[in-house]
Amino acid sequence: MKPFAPWLLAATLSLAAPLSDANTLRVANQGDVQSMDPHSLNESLQLSFDGNVYEPLVERGKDMALTPALATKWTQTSPTVWRFDLRPNVKFHDGTPFTADDVVFTFKRAAGDGSDMKGYTNPIKEVRKVGDLAVEIETTAPYPILPDTLTTLGMMSKKWCEENKAERPVDRRKGIENTASFKANGTGPFRLKERQPSVRTVLVKNFNWWGKADGNVDEVVFTPIGNDATRVAALLSGEIDVMEPVPLQDVERIKAAGLNVLQGPELRTIFLGMDQKRDELQFSNVKGKNPFKDVRVRRAFYQAIDEETIKSRVMRGAASPTGEMVGAAVRGFQPDMNKRPAYDPEAAKKLLAEAGYPNGFEVGMNCPNDRYVNDAAICQAVAANLARIGVKVNLMTETKVTYFPKILRRDTSFYLLGWTPSTVDSHDVLSSIMATPTDKGQGQFNLGAYSNPKLDELTLKIQSETDQKKRNEMIREAFRIHAEDVGHIPLHQQALAWATAKGVQLTQLPNNYMYFKWITLKSSPK
Amino acid sequence: MDHAEVQPQVGDASALAPVGANASPLRRDVAPAAVAVAPAPGRWARFLDGDVWHSFRTSPTAVVAAAVAALCIFCAVFANVIAPHNPFDLATLELGDSMLPPAWMQGGTPKYPLGTDEQGRDVLSALMFGARISLFVGGASVVLSLVIGVGLGLVSGYVGGRIDALIMRICDVMLSFPSILIALLFAGVGHALFPNANDLLAFGVVIVAIALPGWVQYARAVRGSTMVERHKEYVQAARVIGVPPWRIMVRHVLPNVMGPVLVLSTIQVAVAILAEATLSFLGVGVSPTSPSLGTFINEGNKQLFSGAWWLVIFPGATLVLIALSINLFGDWLRDALNPRLR
Repeated sequence: MKPFAPWLLAATLSLAAPLSDANTLRVANQGDVQSMDPHSLNESLQLSFDGNVYEPLVERGKDMALTPALATKWTQTSPTVWRFDLRPNVKFHDGTPFTADDVVFTFKRAAGDGSDMKGYTNPIKEVRKVGDLAVEIETTAPYPILPDTLTTLGMMSKKWCEENKAERPVDRRKGIENTASFKANGTGPFRLKERQPSVRTVLVKNFNWWGKADGNVDEVVFTPIGNDATRVAALLSGEIDVMEPVPLQDVERIKAAGLNVLQGPELRTIFLGMDQKRDELQFSNVKGKNPFKDVRVRRAFYQAIDEETIKSRVMRGAASPTGEMVGAAVRGFQPDMNKRPAYDPEAAKKLLAEAGYPNGFEVGMNCPNDRYVNDAAICQAVAANLARIGVKVNLMTETKVTYFPKILRRDTSFYLLGWTPSTVDSHDVLSSIMATPTDKGQGQFNLGAYSNPKLDELTLKIQSETDQKKRNEMIREAFRIHAEDVGHIPLHQQALAWATAKGVQLTQLPNNYMYFKWITLKSSPK
Repeated sequence: MDHAEVQPQVGDASALAPVGANASPLRRDVAPAAVAVAPAPGRWARFLDGDVWHSFRTSPTAVVAAAVAALCIFCAVFANVIAPHNPFDLATLELGDSMLPPAWMQGGTPKYPLGTDEQGRDVLSALMFGARISLFVGGASVVLSLVIGVGLGLVSGYVGGRIDALIMRICDVMLSFPSILIALLFAGVGHALFPNANDLLAFGVVIVAIALPGWVQYARAVRGSTMVERHKEYVQAARVIGVPPWRIMVRHVLPNVMGPVLVLSTIQVAVAILAEATLSFLGVGVSPTSPSLGTFINEGNKQLFSGAWWLVIFPGATLVLIALSINLFGDWLRDALNPRLR
C-alpha cells in the first residue's frame, strides 16, 4: 500500500487533533452537479465541480492565463501538430499511474457517443502516444487556440473506465447513466468520498496530489439548496461557508450581516434561442409552417423585449444588457457592435404583421429555474413583453435536471440558455452556439439549429487563422451576419455573485469556476 | 317507501365520529335539516324553525366564521369579475411596477392596494385567483375522499366479515403513515410519471394526493354508524321485504349516517386547503402557471430577507383566514349536531 503512506502519516499526525478540526468547507449552490462524469455535460457548474476531481492537460490560473496541469509543456511542432509532455509521477486516486494511454483514451471517450464535449474534440484529427509521458495531437487544420480548448477536458483513467464499464460518457439526454456518474477517479486535489445526487456530495483532500494546494481545505461538503431564502438563511446562520449564486434581492441583507459578497462581471451571456429548423414548431398553434424561419418574426421578438427594465427590475442592476453573444472580456468582442435594437413594441407588432401574424401566435417556451441568476423571472418578464405584441408564450419553467436533457434533445421551440466560452475566445461561441449543428460536435449547443453557410465558413477559417488582425475581422463579420439574421436574441451578461462566511478566502474566476484548492479557511471552523 | 323519513335516525358514531354516541331516537329535526334526504315540502321553513338555525343565530363565532368563509369563497369564485387586475393576462403587466409595497406605505400606489410582486402582478388580485385554486383543489379532494371513504365505510360496516376486516386493515395501514408523507409520495410519483403534465392533469394528481390519506377518516366514521344502523328495525324491515343490500345501504342507511360525515368534511376542507398549500409550498403542488396560495407563499418566501414582507404575509394571512373560518364553522356544526353537547 505504498501510495497511501503519506496519507497514513497525515492521519497519524492529525490524531492529536480531533476530527472536527479538519477544515471542512461547506458549499451550497442553487442546483446540483448533474453527474461526476466530466464529459457528460458541458455546463459550468459541472465542469467547475468535477474540475476539482479531474484535471485537464492545461488549466487556467487565477488570472485566467493558461498554466500547466497534467501537461508540463506544450509545443507546436507543425501547423497542425502539437506535442504535449505529460507530468511525471502523477497518480489517479486509485493509485494507477497517469500515462499517455489515459490521454489517448480520454480524447477518444470525449469524442465518442454520448459525450457533451465533442465541440472541443471536433477539430482534432488524431491523438497519438509518442512515449509513456508524451502525446501528439494532430488537428485537421491549423488550430492556434488548441491549448485554450483543453482547459475543461478532465483526464480519466483508461483502466478504471474499462473496469467500471464507463468507457462511454454518461448520456443524460438519453437517460443513460453509468458508474462514472456516481464514482470518480481523477488525478485532482480532491477525491470523491460520497455522492448522493440532489442531496450532498463530499470531497476529501487527495494527499497524493502532485501539486501544492494554495489553500487549507481538507473536506468539501457540497449541498444543493434550491430555495433562495433557505440558502441565504443557511449562510446567515453559519450552516454553510460559501454560497453561489446570491439571490440578487438578498445582497444587501447579507452585506448588512457583515458577510462578504463577491460580485464581478461574468463571461456568461444569457440569450434566447428559437427553433429555426423544423418545418412546423413542436409547441405552437401555427400549423404547417415555422414562424421562426422568418427573420422578421425573430427581429420582432428581439425588439419586443424590454431588456433595460429586465436589467433594472429582475436583475436589480446586476447585469449588462448586450447586443452581442459574447461579453467584453472575451477575445473577439466588438465594442462598437454591442448595441441592441431599441425596445419598440409598435415596430415589433408591425414586423409580425408583415410576416403574416397580425394577431400574433402561441408558442411554448422552456426555461430553467435553478441554473442562471433569476432565470425563471427573466423568462416570465420576456413572456409578459411578448404578450404585448400578441404572442402568447406558454412558459414551462423547470429544474435543470429535466431542462437540460430536454433542450439538448432539441425538444423545444423557444428557450433560454446561458453560455460561457470556456476558451475565453469568440470562436467557442461561434462553433458551439452559432454554427450549423453537425454530428461531429459543431453547433452542439445551437439548439434551435440556426444556420448560415457564410457563418459556418467563417467559423472554420477563424479556427485556423493565426493572424490576429485578420482573425478579428472575420469574427466581426461573423457577428455581423449573426446579428443581422437574429440567429439568437442576446439578453445580458449576468454578474457573478458569491457570498462567503467570515474567514473564507477564495478566488473568483470570471468563468464562475470555483476551485477548492484555492480556498483558505482562516478561523477554525465552528 | 322511505324509512329514513318515517323513522328519522341519527348515526351512532361510536368510533372516530365527531358526532357523539347514543343519539336519542327522540330527536326529530337534526338529520332532515342537514341531510339531503327526501324532498319534504316546507323543508326550508322547518330548517329556519329548527334547533340548528337557532343555534347558529345565537352563536356569534359561527355567524362571523360563516360570513368570512362566504366572503372568501365569493371573492375566489368571482375573482375574474371583481379582481382589479388579471394577474394571468401577461400583456397588462408592467415590469416597471414590480415590487411595489402596499398602498398605505411609502412608494405604494392605490392602483395596487396590497402591493406587487417581482413581475409587477397585483397581490390582491393574485390572492383572489390563488384562493380560487386553493378552494377548488381543497373542495375537490374532499369530495373525492368523501366518495371513497363513505363508500368503503358503508360496505365495511354493512357487509362485515372479511371484507370489513380487509378494509379496516387498509385504513390502519394508511393511518400509520403521516398523511402529508402519502401526499408527497403520490404527488412526487405523479409528477415523475407525467413530467409534461398539463394543468388539468397536475390538478388531478394533487387532488388525488390529498384525497388519498383523507378517505380513511370517513370510512371509519361511516363504518361505526353503519354497524349500529344495520341492526335497527327499519333496516331489518327493508331486508325482510327483499330490498337488495346495495339499495338498503344507499337509500336507507346512508342518509342516517351522513351527519358525522357532514361535520367531518367541513373540517376536512380546511385540512385539504392546508395540505394543498403545503404541497405547493414544497413545490410538488399545482403547476406554477396556475398558482395557489401555497405557491404564492413559496414565492414570497424567497423575498422575505429582502424586506418584501407583503409577498408572504398576505397570502399567509388569507390562508389562515380561510382555514380558520371554515374550521370555526365546522366546530360549531359539530356541536350543533351533537345532542350530547347541548
